Amino acid sequence: MTSLPQSTNKKLGLVIDLDTCVGCHACVINCKEWNTSGYGTALSDQDPYGANPTGAWLNRIHTFEVVPDKPKGQGVGEVIGTAGEARVVHFPKSCLHCEDAPCVTVCPTGASYKRSEDGIVLVDEDKCIGCGLCAWSCAYGAREMDLAAGVMKKCTLCVDRIYNEELQEVDRQPACVRTCPAGARHFGDFADPNSNVSLLVAERGGFDLMPEQDNKPVNKYLPPRPRSDLGEGADLGAAHTEESTEGASGLLGWIDRALSPSSKQKEAN
Amino acid sequence: MADPELQLSEPLGEKHSTVCYMCACRCGINVYLKPGANGEKSVRYIEGNRDHPVNQGVLCAKGSAGIMQHYSPARLNAPMRRVGPRGSGEFEEISWEEALQQAVDWMEPLKQDPKKLAFFTGRDQSQSLTSWWAQQFGTPNYAAHGGFCSVNMAAAGIYTIGGAFWEFGSPDWDRTKLFVMFGVAEDHDSNPIKMGIGKLKKNGGRFVSVNPVRTGYSAVADNWLGIRPGTDGLLILSVIHELFRMQKIDVDYLIRYSNAPFLVIDAPGTADHGMLARDKNGVELVWDAAKKKAVPHTTKGVVPHLTSEVTLPKKVKAKPVLMMMAEEYSKPEYAPEAVAAETGIAAETIRGLAAEIAKVAFEEEITIEQEWVDMKGEKHDRFIGRPVSMHAMRGISAHSNGFQTCRALHVLQVLIGSIDCPGGFRCKPSYPKPYTAHPKPHATNVKGTTGPLAGPHLGYPHGPEDLALDKDGHPLRIDKAYTWDAPLSAHGMMHMVIANAHAGDPYKIDTLFMYMANMAWNSSMNTRGVIDMLTDKDENGEYKIPHIIYSDAYNSEMVSYADLILPDTTYLERHDCISLLDRPCSEPEAVVDSIRWPVVEPNRDVRGFQSVVLDLGARLGLPGMVNEDGSPRFADYADYIVNHERKPGIGPLAGYRGKDGSQSGRGEPNPNQLERYKENGSFSITHLPEEALFFKHANKAYQDFAVDMGFYDSPQPSIFNLYSDVMQKFRLAAEGHGDIQPPDRLRDRLKLTFNPLPTWYAPFEEERLGDRTDKEFPYHALTQRPAAMYHSWGSQNAWLRQIHTKNPLYVPSAICDEKGLEDGDWAWVTSWHGKIKVQIARMEAVNDRTMWTWNAIGKRRGAWNLDENAPEATKGFLLNHLINELLPPKGDGYRWSNSDPITGQAAWYDLRVNIEKAPPEAEVSEPVVQPQKKRTKPTDELRYGLEWTK
Amino acid sequence: MHPALSVISFTTLSGAGYGLAFVLATGHGNPGALSTKIAWFVALALITIGFLSSTLHLGNPQRAWRAVSQWKSSWLSREGCMCFISYVPLCLLAGMSIFYNSFDLTLGYIGAICCAITVYCTAMIYASLRTIASWHTGWTPAFYLAFALTGGTLIYVGFFGPPTGSRSTEIWIYLCMVFLVCSWAVKYGWSHRAERVGYGKSTMESATGLGNIGKVRLLERPHAMGNYLTNEMAFRIGRKHAQKLNRIALLLGLVLPLILLALALQIASVAAFFTIVAALSFMAGVFVDRWLFFATARHAVGLYYGGDDALMPAE
Ligand SMILES: Nc1nc2c(c(=O)[nH]1)N[C@H]1C(S)=C(S)[C@@H](COP(=O)(O)OP(=O)(O)OC[C@H]3O[C@@H](n4cnc5c(=O)[nH]c(N)nc54)[C@H](O)[C@@H]3O)O[C@H]1N2
Ligand SMILES: Nc1nc2c(c(=O)[nH]1)N[C@H]1C(S)=C(S)[C@@H](COP(=O)(O)OP(=O)(O)OC[C@H]3O[C@@H](n4cnc5c(=O)[nH]c(N)nc54)[C@H](O)[C@@H]3O)O[C@H]1N2
Ligand code: SF4
Ligand code: SF4
Ligand code: SF4
Ligand code: SF4
Ligand code: SF4
Ligand SMILES: [Mo]
Repeated sequence: MTSLPQSTNKKLGLVIDLDTCVGCHACVINCKEWNTSGYGTALSDQDPYGANPTGAWLNRIHTFEVVPDKPKGQGVGEVIGTAGEARVVHFPKSCLHCEDAPCVTVCPTGASYKRSEDGIVLVDEDKCIGCGLCAWSCAYGAREMDLAAGVMKKCTLCVDRIYNEELQEVDRQPACVRTCPAGARHFGDFADPNSNVSLLVAERGGFDLMPEQDNKPVNKYLPPRPRSDLGEGADLGAAHTEESTEGASGLLGWIDRALSPSSKQKEAN
Repeated sequence: MADPELQLSEPLGEKHSTVCYMCACRCGINVYLKPGANGEKSVRYIEGNRDHPVNQGVLCAKGSAGIMQHYSPARLNAPMRRVGPRGSGEFEEISWEEALQQAVDWMEPLKQDPKKLAFFTGRDQSQSLTSWWAQQFGTPNYAAHGGFCSVNMAAAGIYTIGGAFWEFGSPDWDRTKLFVMFGVAEDHDSNPIKMGIGKLKKNGGRFVSVNPVRTGYSAVADNWLGIRPGTDGLLILSVIHELFRMQKIDVDYLIRYSNAPFLVIDAPGTADHGMLARDKNGVELVWDAAKKKAVPHTTKGVVPHLTSEVTLPKKVKAKPVLMMMAEEYSKPEYAPEAVAAETGIAAETIRGLAAEIAKVAFEEEITIEQEWVDMKGEKHDRFIGRPVSMHAMRGISAHSNGFQTCRALHVLQVLIGSIDCPGGFRCKPSYPKPYTAHPKPHATNVKGTTGPLAGPHLGYPHGPEDLALDKDGHPLRIDKAYTWDAPLSAHGMMHMVIANAHAGDPYKIDTLFMYMANMAWNSSMNTRGVIDMLTDKDENGEYKIPHIIYSDAYNSEMVSYADLILPDTTYLERHDCISLLDRPCSEPEAVVDSIRWPVVEPNRDVRGFQSVVLDLGARLGLPGMVNEDGSPRFADYADYIVNHERKPGIGPLAGYRGKDGSQSGRGEPNPNQLERYKENGSFSITHLPEEALFFKHANKAYQDFAVDMGFYDSPQPSIFNLYSDVMQKFRLAAEGHGDIQPPDRLRDRLKLTFNPLPTWYAPFEEERLGDRTDKEFPYHALTQRPAAMYHSWGSQNAWLRQIHTKNPLYVPSAICDEKGLEDGDWAWVTSWHGKIKVQIARMEAVNDRTMWTWNAIGKRRGAWNLDENAPEATKGFLLNHLINELLPPKGDGYRWSNSDPITGQAAWYDLRVNIEKAPPEAEVSEPVVQPQKKRTKPTDELRYGLEWTK
Repeated sequence: MHPALSVISFTTLSGAGYGLAFVLATGHGNPGALSTKIAWFVALALITIGFLSSTLHLGNPQRAWRAVSQWKSSWLSREGCMCFISYVPLCLLAGMSIFYNSFDLTLGYIGAICCAITVYCTAMIYASLRTIASWHTGWTPAFYLAFALTGGTLIYVGFFGPPTGSRSTEIWIYLCMVFLVCSWAVKYGWSHRAERVGYGKSTMESATGLGNIGKVRLLERPHAMGNYLTNEMAFRIGRKHAQKLNRIALLLGLVLPLILLALALQIASVAAFFTIVAALSFMAGVFVDRWLFFATARHAVGLYYGGDDALMPAE
C-alpha cells in the first residue's frame, strides 16, 4: 500500500483559519487527550516532570511574527494593522493528508498508507519499524515518533471519532475541531465542491502550505483577512473637521436644538 | 491491497457531566470514565458539554488537560503537620482527626477575640460559604483574592452601571458589529470570549484591541492600538472628547438611564459642593425647563434641561451633569493631539477610533421588534441597539489609576447608549445590581466584640461613614481595607495581609487561615520579601505570624510555609456550588448556576475543603453550623448546598427548588436537588422572558423577574452614574468637611483621585520616581496570562507544562537594538526595588517601550513535585521580584502602598524597569530561591491511556 | 538533520564494504590467495556491520524484515531488498574464493552491479527527499558511489593488494589517487550546490503562506523545549564549526591520503603501510564528511522552527 491510491472517493481534511486562531492550544491538548487513549498506542511523554519534558503530539501551534516589508501605503506588501505594524499569527499545524504524500511512498514497510476511501493518511503501527523516514519526508513536521513505543504517530484526522457510531452524529468530527473555542478549525470533504470546507476555501482564498514541495496538501489555510483603517468610510462630516473652537458650547447648542420642543415636534411629523 | 480494517467505534465509557475547574470560567464538561489498568475507574476523556450555556461544547487547553491535573504527582495525600522550619517543605502526615483538632485548638481561644483569626481564601469559588463562615466566627478579617486581582474593574462597574465586565456581563456577541477590547489577555470568560471573537469574525464585525502587546486575542484584531501602559484613561477620555466634538452621543438614552440630567450643586467651599441636588426624600433633582424649577428626576413627563447652569432655591447654583462633562472633556488637554505622545497612539488613530465608534453606534443601529415596558411604565415597541461592545480587564484595572480608567470606559459606553442594548454590552443576571442594592461593608460584631459579625464583610460604601474604622480612626481589618488608604476596597486587600500581620499593623493576629492562594509565590508582589515575612521570628524565637493553616490540593510553594495543611481534593472529586450568591455564571439571556460533584472518588486521605470548613465550624460551635444539641448541622458540603437557606426560600442553588423541584430562584429546599442538577448536566438554566432581555437596569419585566428569582426583594433599577457623588463625598472629607476625616497625609491624594467624573492621573510609581523614571527606568514591564496555563497550577501538568516550560522576557526590537540584545541573550532587568536575571526574546509587535513575559511560569525549585532542575525553576522567572507592595519611599516615613488609592487594587502593571545585557556566566535565572522538599518521585515516562489502546 | 551515529556508520561502512566487494567482484585479487579470502570476508563483514548498525536507530528492529516489502515505491525498501539480493552473488563469490579458490566472472559482474545498485539505493534514500534540498540531487548518489568505490579500492590496495613494489601496485596507487581526487571533486560539486540551495524553494513565507503580508519570523515555538522534530530535523551546527569540520574531513579524506600514497610510491618498502594508513584516514575523513552531510542539512520543517535564525538545537 505504500503506493498512493489513484484517487480517493472523498478528500477529508481540515481548513484552518489564520484570521481567527487565537493560539490558545485547546486543539493541541484535546488532540493529545483524545488520541493518547485512541487509535494506536498512547502518545507518550518523556521526563514529564523533569528537566527536559518532551512528548509526542499530533498537532502543535507555532507563533509567527510578520513584519511588513513596506511601510503603510507604499506598494506591494498587503498592509495589515493600524499602521502597518508587525503582526502576530498563531499557526496550528497537523498532518495535511497530502494527496501526493511522500511520507507514504517512502515507507519501506507499508505501515504508512493513504486510505482509498477518504484519503486519510494513517500509520498501521503493527507494521511500523520506527525508521523515521516518513517524518524525514514530511515537509510540515506532521509526524512524530513515539519514543516509548518506537512507532510513528501522526494525526489520524480522528478516524476513530468521525466514523464512531458510539458518538452522537454531531460529535463525529475531529477532537480539535469540536473543541476549538474560536471556531478556527473546520472539517469536511474537499472532494465535494459544495462542502463547508470547499466553500470556505473558495470564499476566503484558502491556500496550500509549501506548494513548491509538490505534496498537494488536502488541508487548507485561510489567510488573515485584509484590514482597513479605523473610521475609514465613516462619513460623519464632523469627524473630519478641525478641532472646533466652540468646545463644550458646540455640543450643548446641539443638544438644545435636539431637545427643543420644536425639533421634537418636527421629528414627530 | 485493501486498506486495513479498523475498529472505529470504540465506546468512551461512562459519561458524567460536571463543571471544569481548571480556571474560573466554569465550563460544562463531560468526563468519560473507563476501568483503568488497576481496575479503578479512570478518566478516558474530558470534552466540553454541548448543552452547557457557558461553553456550548468547546473546551480550552487547560480544560482538556484536566486528566493530567487530576492525576498530578504533586497532589497532596493526607493532612500534614510541619516538622522542619517554615519553607523547608518538611512535613509529617497526620490523621484528619489530629489535623482538625489542631486547627480547633488554635482557633477556639480566638473566639474571644475573633479578629485574631484572619481567614483569606484566594481563588475561592465558594465565597458565599467561606464569608458566611467568617461572619459566624466573628472575625472582620475575611476576603478572597479580588483585591489583588481586579477590584478596580468590579467596583468601577458596580458604582457606574451596576454591573461589570468580567463574569458579570459580556458583549452581545451575536449582534455586535464593533468590539473594542482593552487590556485583555485571557480573562475569566475565557472560552466565551474566544467563541465570541469567532462569531464576530464570522459575522464580519470589526475587532479593535487596545493592548501594548499583540498576542492572543490582539493577534487577530482588525486594529491594534499598542498603547503605552497606564494611559488608557487618557485614550478613552480623548475618544469621549471626540464624541462630544462630533456631537455623537445618545442624548435620549442618557436622559432615560443615566444621571446626565441630574443637577450638581456648585457651591465651592461648602459641604454640598459637588453633591447631587436631592429633595427631602433623597431623590435627585433635574431641571424642568418648562416649569423652570428643579423637580425629582422621577417626575412623570419631565423633559430635563441639560445645557446650562440653573439656580436652585436659596440661590444655590447647580449644573446638569452632562453640562459639566461637556465642559470638562471638551478641554484641549483631551484632544487627540494632546494625548498622542503620552499614550503612544497617533492622533489620527484616536480620531479613527472615535469615528468608528460613532459610525457603528449611530449609523448601524439595530432593532429588535419586541414590546417592553420600562420602569416608568412607558411602553416601547422595540429594543434599539447600538452595536458597539467593549470588554476590558486587568490591562486597565491593574494600575494605580485603574478605577478611574475603568469608570471612564463605562462612561464611554453609557454615552453612546450601548449598555444592555442589542449589539452592545449586556449584563448577566443577577446583574445589573446598583451599588445601593449591594450590602455595605461590615467589620463589627452584632454584640460587643465577639459572636457573629453584623453583616457581610465586603460591600460597597456610600461614603466615609461606611469605612471600617474604629471610633479613633484605626483600621478594623488586618488588611486595612475600607480605610482612607483604600476607601472603596470592595474585595478586601488580601495582598496586604501577610505584610500587615508580620508588622503587627494595625494589630497582631494569631492564626492565618488560607485557602487556595499561592501567597508565598506568584500571587504576592515582592515574593522574596513575603517569604522572609512568613519565616521571620520574634525575639522569643517564635514566628511573627504564629500559626498558618493552609488548604491546597497540590504541593505548591505556599504549602511549605504553612504549619498545618488541610489537603483538598481535585475538582473531579468533590462537591462545589457555583452559586448566584457568589460569582454567577449566567448568560445575558438566562440565569445559570451549576455544581461539581465527585465523578471520581478520592483515592487519598483528602477531603473537600468546604466540607472541612463546615466540620470545623461545627467543632467550634459556630452559629448556623450546629444544631441545638451541638451536633453538626450539615453532614457535608453537599448537605449544605441543598439545605442551607440564606433567607427563607433562598439557598446556594437557584435551580430545582421546592419540594418537587419545580421552582427556580425561590423555593423550599429540595432533597433531590443535586440529583436533578446531575440529570441536567450539573447546571440549571432559567431563561429570561423575551421582553426582559435588554435594558435590564430599567426593564419592568426584568426587574419583576429578578424579584421572583430572589435576586432582590423589590425592584432595583439602576441609573448609570456618569457622575459619582460617592466619590465626591470622600473628596469633600479630604477638604475638611464632615466628622470622619482622613489623615492629613492623604488629603491631597484623595482630592486628586476621587474625582466624581472619570479622570486620568499618571500611575503612582512613575510619578513617585519623578526624574528617575525616564533616566533610570525608562521602560514598562508586564505579564500576560498564557491561554494554556492557569497561574501556578499548570506547571505540574505534564501536558501543559510542555507548552510553557520556561518564560522568556519579550523585549521590543527597538530596545534590543539599542541595548545590543539578541534572541536568547541573558539580561539583568532592574526596578527601583529589585533585579532579576532573565533570558530574552526579541519581538516586533509590541509597544516599543514595553517588555513582557508570561505570568507565573517561574517556579521555586522542588515545588509542584518538579525536578529541581526543571526549566520552570532554572530558566523561568517571576516578574513579581521586581514589584513591591509599597511605592518608593517618599521620605515622609509612611508606607505608601503600590495600589489604586480608591479600591486598593494592586498596581501590578505600573512597574518601570531598565534592562542591560548580562555578562556571560551561568545561564540560570535569578534570584535563586532555595529548593523546597519534593514529596514523591514522579515517573520519568508517561504513557497515559495505554491500557485502552490496542 | 540529526547526525545519528548509527546511520553514519551504516552508510560509511556499508559503502566501503560494497566498494571493496565491487573491486573483488570485478575479478581483482587471486581467488586462492589468503588475502583475497580475508578481503571477501572483510567486505561482507563491513556490509553486515553496516546494516546491523542501521537497525540500531529503528524503533522496532524486530520487525525490520518488513522493510523489504515496499520496493515499488520506497528507496529504503529497495535498498533493503538489494542488500539481501546482493548477498547472494557476493556470498557465492566469497564462498568460491574461500572454499574453492575459484572465481566466476559472470557472477562477478552480477555481484558488482548489485553492489553499485545497493549503494545507489542507499544514496537515493536521501536524494529522494524533497524536504532536504541539499540532498535532493543527482550529486548525492554520485558522491556516495564515488566514495564507496574509492574507499573500497583503498582498502583493497592497502590490505589485500598485490605484493609491495610490483608494477601493478604502483598502478593501483595511481588509480587510488585518481579516485580520491575524483570522488572529492564530485563531493565538492555536491557541497557547492548544497551551500547555495539552502532550503530550496521553500521559505518561511511559503511555509506559512504569510509572505504577502511581510517577512516572517518565529516568535514562539509550539512547545518550549525541543521535540522529536527539532531533535531530528532541525539540528544545525554553527557555520564556523562546520567549516572547521569540513577542513578536517578534507585533510583526513583527501590531503593526508594523497600525501601517504605519494610517500608509498617513493618508499616502496613500506608502501603497504602507507596505503593502509591512507585507507583508514580516508575512511575517517568520509566519516566526518558524512557527519556533516547530516548535520548541515536543512530540513524544510526547520522553517516552522525559525529557519536559519533560530537557535538550534534547542537546549
Ligand atoms: N506578576 C504578576 N503577578 C500576579 C498577577 C499578574 O498579573 N502579574 N496576577 C495576580 C492575580 S490577578 C491573581 S488572581 C493571582 C493569582 O494567584 P494565586 O491566587 O496564588 O493563584 P494560583 O497560582 O492559581 O494559586 C492558587 C493555589 O490554589 C491551589 N489549588 C488549585 N486547585 C485547588 C483546589 O482544588 N483546592 C485547593 N484547596 N487548592 C487548589 C494551587 O495549588 C495554588 O497553590 O496572581 C496575582 N499575581
Ligand atoms: N488561561 C488563563 N486564564 C486566566 C488566568 C490564567 O492564569 N490563565 N487567570 C484568571 C485571572 S485570576 C484573571 S485576574 C484574569 C485576568 O485576565 P486578563 O486581564 O486578560 O489578564 P492579564 O494577563 O493580566 O492581561 C492583561 C492584559 O493587559 C495588557 N496590558 C497591560 N497593561 C496595559 C495597559 O496599561 N493598557 C492596556 N490597554 N493593556 C494593558 C497586557 O498586555 C495583557 O494583555 O484571567 C483569568 N483567566
Ligand atoms: S483551538 Fe482553535 S483558536 Fe485555539 S489554537 Fe487551536 S485552532 Fe487556534
Ligand atoms: S503532511 Fe506530512 S505526514 Fe501528512 S500526508 Fe503530508 S507529508 Fe504525509
Ligand atoms: S517510521 Fe514507520 S511509518 Fe514511517 S517510514 Fe518507517 S516504517 Fe514507515
Ligand atoms: S484531526 Fe484529530 S488527530 Fe488530527 S490534529 Fe485534530 S484532533 Fe489531532
Ligand atoms: S475556560 Fe478552560 S479551564 Fe476554564 S473552565 Fe472553561 S474549559 Fe475549564
Ligand atoms: Mo486574578
